[in-house]
Amino acid sequence: MVELRQHDSPPSGKGRWRDVARSRAGTKRGRGATRSRTRLSVAVLAVLLLAAVLVPWLSPSTGLVDYGSVRMPPGPGHPFGTDTSGRDLFTRSWAGLRISLLVAAVSTLVSTVLGSVVGTVAGSFGGWTDRLLMRLVDAVNSVPHLLLGIVIVALYSGTVLAVVLSIGLTHWATVARVVRSEVLGLRERPYVDAAISAGASRWWILRRHMLPAVVPQASLSAVLLVPHAVFHETALSFLGLGLPPHLASIGNILGDGREAVLLGAWWIVAFPALLLVATTLAVSGLAAAWRDRTVPARRSELTL
Amino acid sequence: MERRGLDAEELRSAVWSAHRAGGRSAAVLWLVLRRLVWAVPVLLLVSLGVFLLAAASPFDPIHQYYGVRIYDASAADVARVRAELGLDRPVLARFWEWLSGLFSGDLGVSRSMRQPVVEVVAQRLPWTLLLAGTGLLLAVVFSLVVGTVAAWRQGGWLDRTVTAVGHALEGVPPFVLALLAIALFSLGLGWLPVAGLTDAGSSLGLGQVLEHLVLPAAVLGVSQAPWLVLHVRQSLLTALTEDHVNGARARGMSERIVVLRHALPTALLPFVTLIGARVPELVTGAVLVEEVFSWPGVASAVVTAAKAADYPLLAVLTLLATAAVLLGSLLADIAAILLDPRVATDG
Repeated sequence: MVELRQHDSPPSGKGRWRDVARSRAGTKRGRGATRSRTRLSVAVLAVLLLAAVLVPWLSPSTGLVDYGSVRMPPGPGHPFGTDTSGRDLFTRSWAGLRISLLVAAVSTLVSTVLGSVVGTVAGSFGGWTDRLLMRLVDAVNSVPHLLLGIVIVALYSGTVLAVVLSIGLTHWATVARVVRSEVLGLRERPYVDAAISAGASRWWILRRHMLPAVVPQASLSAVLLVPHAVFHETALSFLGLGLPPHLASIGNILGDGREAVLLGAWWIVAFPALLLVATTLAVSGLAAAWRDRTVPARRSELTL
Repeated sequence: MERRGLDAEELRSAVWSAHRAGGRSAAVLWLVLRRLVWAVPVLLLVSLGVFLLAAASPFDPIHQYYGVRIYDASAADVARVRAELGLDRPVLARFWEWLSGLFSGDLGVSRSMRQPVVEVVAQRLPWTLLLAGTGLLLAVVFSLVVGTVAAWRQGGWLDRTVTAVGHALEGVPPFVLALLAIALFSLGLGWLPVAGLTDAGSSLGLGQVLEHLVLPAAVLGVSQAPWLVLHVRQSLLTALTEDHVNGARARGMSERIVVLRHALPTALLPFVTLIGARVPELVTGAVLVEEVFSWPGVASAVVTAAKAADYPLLAVLTLLATAAVLLGSLLADIAAILLDPRVATDG
């Protein structure tokens, strides 16, 4: 029987006559590692999302305050233990994760829409509009994002809308920059020339030829933003500037846990933090895999 | 997120003017001038932004001034205080007044701290600089050592551990790190104090401050280290395959000299730019770390001011942080010009 061998991968490292810089992502082992990392990210994220939806819904625990069982260590009945008010941390953490993710998703959406509009307008109008908008982007990026976010939430007191705005209004600049450079590339394409010579107006070109074409890049930078949004939401809530107590996110739970840690109740911080870190890593792992696939030139082991 | 480095246009103009004036100091001077000119509109825009946001807020600062006593105060008194605080005038008038105060050294009065903003900043800024400086120094030294070893022994156990832990730590927020560090080192092992600048009742001394500095500075350093370590490792890996390194190896130089004297200097250049670009994250980390460790710096004052909607203080602190970011990227770019002979010889 004839064995068919595929030659779709470059020869392995043994044949090279000198060491050259190469990304591990290109090698057989590296590809396998990337793929398994992607699979792991997807699996972890799926489990986390499913649990975040199902656990608070199906949980037998009421999640109500119970001063008879305050700060109980993890054990049967309370897999994550209970908090300072005797609430079951298992139910509370998953519900908190759901809220954190929801707020992060909505804020990311706000940033992405705002950034895409600014980027498209700047890129396609060019000239003074472009220069002015890009200087604005630079200015927004010169203020530390958490600080600007704090200024925004502080002045509109702890509501969900304030948190969403605070994250949304600070993170659009990155998206705007990505979208703008994409649009600058698109402007020179022959089909845009064709549309202009056929008499298409500026708005028509913007709507029909630019916006649909920037969607892939914009959605990639949106996914890359999600971990940042989760971090900002939890940080604001942790500081007591974020979500109101009745909409407790992971950040609120960790903020409540600060004093509990001093009393030795490590689980009040450890378990919610574990959920938070797992979610962040899974989302950024997925985003990195997507970026490597669509923008091979940016492929790198660094995440900036 | 963004690399806020020297962009091509700026580099070109710096090189060009350096050639004309002859010398690298001219290039630095030119860069400083350009950045100063750029910093003015940014700082103006940022402070105007804070004022406009504050004006649009539904929160009335008079409630914060009075607290619950507002219910006992007569309408005339409230109106009088409002006029004294200047809250009855339009926002742009207040902004203008604040701005002219800024140039005469009068930054207004912080309502949450009940003391002039200048005093708040003067008392707290040194502590923040101490904490952030120590944290950054720890992170830089650590990442240079570990990143170099990891790249030198690529694929070894240290490299694999460092890469895995680095990527994992990127997902851990500084406040989680801080809480875990307190749980482990202060409560579990009892090695270091939980929070504050000194033990309760003891006076301010060098030993006390150092003992209390260790944990927050270490947490701040660790929270910044992953990006720096992975960056040093990556750029050293690239540098190790460049021609001049191959040349050095061909001349039979020792591995030590090749790595430390030939490869590392090339790798350091982008690293300097990265450090400058990390200032916003350093500020973010300082806010969270100072808050958890009750460190009496300006960053934790941000949180106090925010909770009280104390925008005279908040505006100044935001401005201070923005200036720090701009200064960070300027210093990094000056270092890049001074360190890299190619900047002045290309052309």
